[in-house]
Order: sequence, then C-alpha cells, then structure tokens
Amino acid sequence: MDYNWDWGVFFKSTGIGQEIYLDWFVSGLGWTIAVALIGWLIALFLGSVLGVLRTVPNRWLSGLATAYVELFRNVPLLVQLFIWYFLIPDLLPEPIEMWFKQDLNPATSAYLSVVVCLGLFTAARVCEQVRTGIQALPKGQAAAAYALGFKLPQIYSQILLPQAFRIIIPPLTSEFLNIFKNSSVASLIGLMELLAQTKQTAEFTANLFEAFTLATIIYFTLNMSLMLLMRWVEKKVAVPGLISVGGK
Amino acid sequence: MISIKNVSKWYGEFQVLTDCTTEVTKGEVVVVCGPSGSGKSTLIKCVNALEPFQKGDIVVDGTSIADPKTDLPKLRSRVGMVFQHFELFPHLSITENLTIAQMKVLGRSKEEATDKGLKLLDRVGLKAHAHKYPGQLSGGQQQRVAIARALAMDPIVMLFDEPTSALDPEMVNEVLDVMVQLAQEGMTMMCVTHEMGFARKVANRVIFMDRGQIVEDCHKEEFFGNVDARSDRAKQFLAKILQH
Ligand SMILES: Nc1ncnc2c1ncn2[C@@H]1O[C@H](COP(=O)(O)OP(=O)(O)OP(=O)(O)O)[C@@H](O)[C@H]1O
Ligand SMILES: [Mg+2]
Repeated sequence: MDYNWDWGVFFKSTGIGQEIYLDWFVSGLGWTIAVALIGWLIALFLGSVLGVLRTVPNRWLSGLATAYVELFRNVPLLVQLFIWYFLIPDLLPEPIEMWFKQDLNPATSAYLSVVVCLGLFTAARVCEQVRTGIQALPKGQAAAAYALGFKLPQIYSQILLPQAFRIIIPPLTSEFLNIFKNSSVASLIGLMELLAQTKQTAEFTANLFEAFTLATIIYFTLNMSLMLLMRWVEKKVAVPGLISVGGK
Repeated sequence: MISIKNVSKWYGEFQVLTDCTTEVTKGEVVVVCGPSGSGKSTLIKCVNALEPFQKGDIVVDGTSIADPKTDLPKLRSRVGMVFQHFELFPHLSITENLTIAQMKVLGRSKEEATDKGLKLLDRVGLKAHAHKYPGQLSGGQQQRVAIARALAMDPIVMLFDEPTSALDPEMVNEVLDVMVQLAQEGMTMMCVTHEMGFARKVANRVIFMDRGQIVEDCHKEEFFGNVDARSDRAKQFLAKILQH
C-alpha cells in the first residue's frame, strides 16, 4: 500500500485564520461532550421519573410510561433526529419557529435538536433500567416501608431508588457510554462534533487514516475515562454486605 | 385494640379470607397458626392495611381501616410489623434503619431518634453493631434489629409474620427471647408462628386458620389442654407440628 503516513498533519494550518487541524478535533470533542453530557442529564432525570412511573400502583401512569418507552425505543434514532430537527420546528407556534430557524445560529439550533433527541431517546432506555432495578428488589422492602408509615413518594426516594440505582450502575454505565457514541448522529444535521470534524479533516488533507485513527483514540480514551469514573462512583456508594447484581 | 369483623378477601376469583372475625384486646398476645396457604399472612397484613380486603371491617384502636377517610400511613406508623425475611433496609446502617422512620414519619429530631434507636438496640442486645450494615449481621441479629426498628415507633400493637421461620435453628431462640420479654411487658401482639413453645409460654389465645377461615379461636389452655375438643383439621395440624 503506497499510502503516505503523515502524523504531522494535525499541526498543519487549516488555512482558516491561525487554526491547525488539531483545533478542529478539540472543538469537535467539545461539542461531543456538550451534546452527550446535557443529553445524559435529561435522560437520567426523565428516565428515572418514567422508570418510577412504570412501577407505581396506578394503571394510567404506568401505561403512559410504557407507551413512552415503546414509542422512543422502536423508532430509529436517525428518524427521531430528523423529526426533531426538520419537523417539530414547523409545528411550533410561529414566533418560536422563526426564532429557531432564523435567530439562532445553525450550530445552536442543531445542538438543541440533537440534545433533546438523544435525551428523550436515552430516557426510554434509562427508564427500563430503573424499572428493572426497582423490580429486582424484594417485594418486602416496599411492604416494610409502608408498614413503618412511609408515604409512596418517600418509599421511592428513601428506600427503593437508593437501592435500585446501586444495582443498575453497570447497565447505566453502558447507556452513558452509548450516548457519547450516539452523539455522532449530530454530524448528519451539520453539527461539527468530533465525527464531523474528523470527516472534514480527512477531506481537506486527504490524510484519511490519520484523521480516523486520532478520532478512534479520542473516543476510546473518552470511553475508558467514563468507565473509570463510573467504577469510582460504584465504589463510592457501595454498601458493606450488599451484593451488587452487576458484579465486578 | 384490634377488632376484625367479618373480613373477606379475594384475589380475583380465589377467596383467601372467608368471613374472619376476632378481637385482640389491649395487652393480649394472640398466636395465629395454620397450614401453609391458609391465609395467616394475608389476615395479619389486612390489620395494618398492607393488603386491602373487599368485605367487612377492621378497627384498630378506634380507627376503621375500611373507612376511606382513614389516614392509612398514620395508622400503619402506630402498628409495628415484623416480617419473615426481616426486611431491614440494606443500604442504611443499623442506626439509620432504626431512625429513618422516626425522623421522616414521626418528625422526631435526629438526636431524639438516635437516642431512642440506640436504647432499643441495646435492649435487643446489639448495641455494639450500631454502625454496621444489615448485610453484615446474622439472620437472628437482623430480626432483632427489625423488632427494635418497629418498637422505635412506639407502636400500640405489634404484628409478627413468622418471625423465626427463615432463621437457622440456633438463632430462633434469641429472637423468641426478645418476643417473650415483650409479651411479658404487656405489649399487645398478634403473632403468626408455628413455635408452639412460644404459644404455650406467653400466648393468651390461639387462632387456628385453614383455607381462609378462622377454625379455632380459644384460650391457650383450652387449645393445648383439651385437644379432643378441637376440630379434625386442627388436630391433624397439631399432630404434625408437635412431632418435631
Ligand atoms: N398476590 C396474590 N395473588 C394471588 N394469590 C395470592 C397472593 N398472595 C397470596 N395468595 C394466595 O393466598 C393464599 C393465602 O396466602 P397467605 O400468604 O396468606 O398464606 P399463609 O397462611 O401465610 O401461608 P404460609 O404459611 O405459606 O406463609 C395462598 O393460597 C396464596 O397462594
Ligand atoms: Mg405467610
């Protein structure tokens, strides 16, 4: 293969101002993190609420949460993204639509769409983990809390959720990693996150392999750090004598 | 103190309780026994409204459970309950297990709750374990903590659902000792148990259930002393468990 490897490419000028190609990667990583972290906050909050609703003794509320999960899990992520980006703004009241399409800069409107999209999509998956965690607890735990006079919201906040979350840290970790990987769909609506910057570098320099190798290394390092972070959280909240279902 | 009046309960088509009626007066210790599936747990759970029932009423210290206006959480906070599988909260330390409901349900201060919790922990002989977690204690120790946790709420009556049947034999007595002491101090108690030694020692009355019905409800002396007068089902049951 007569490919000319050139690892120095990242330090070459892009021809736009003072920028070198490495700056593109840094900026792309910044967007990737901004999308994934805010999306994750939405997913964690909404997913926990939905997960609780799926287990409450009320058919309407649990039915509502179930419908949410079915809807958001069964429509492909890309379709959801296009709906949020191209369709939903048209359905909003005129002033909001105009604001979204004209006043916002294109990066911001793409960012908002992808954060909402990933947040709501991942919420459905978090919901299922939270529900599984709650249902894995012995029935007697809720009964004991009721017997002591706790009300339902207290039973969830004091007794069920603290245990359920400890159990589901491993599967939640993989959802957390997934949202970082999934954030690359943002490149399809023009947000210059890590993957988009990688493609752009490849096209500008013709150093395709170097660009994608660097992107791979960045994604890998990011994933490893997140995994270590979650391990640390798991250790931090571990309780003596309580066996975690996820294991080591 | 507890008055159970014509209570019937169904799970769908299946009738678990059929027209159960009995009374537990203040200071009385009533033992409930009967074969597996006869509805003992269901009956005792109805007493603190952990299980709903479709017919009849249960009145606890003047408060009707069937009355939709009754504040059930408040009622439950006054009725102590001990479960077969202890049900301590595994993510909380022993001290926290003893204080959380006192603080969150009764609104006691942390100092007051801790003070009370530790006194009761001392009473069940486990003061040295206050900082541990439930998973670090033996079954018998966990059940004693569970009793202390219920007592910390100053209950007017204590319900026990087979408190010793999940324990290794060598741990049964440490739990029964606590229960005996409690009974001798005048606590009103309703205990589902097959520990006939306990029944003989401290029970005032014995209730025998079969297929959702209260078949026998009589004084201890009558129940154990006059076996010939018992129903056939009670005799069979007694013969089986007294073999051991
Ligand atoms: N949630 C439920 N749905 C349907 N049937 C139930 C339910 N809970 C209990 N039952 C049935 O009701 C009957 C009474 O159960 P219960 O637990 O009160 O019996 P028990 O006398 O306590 O038995 P054991 O000695 O095994 O604890 C059993 O036949 C049981 O199968
Ligand atoms: Mg039972």
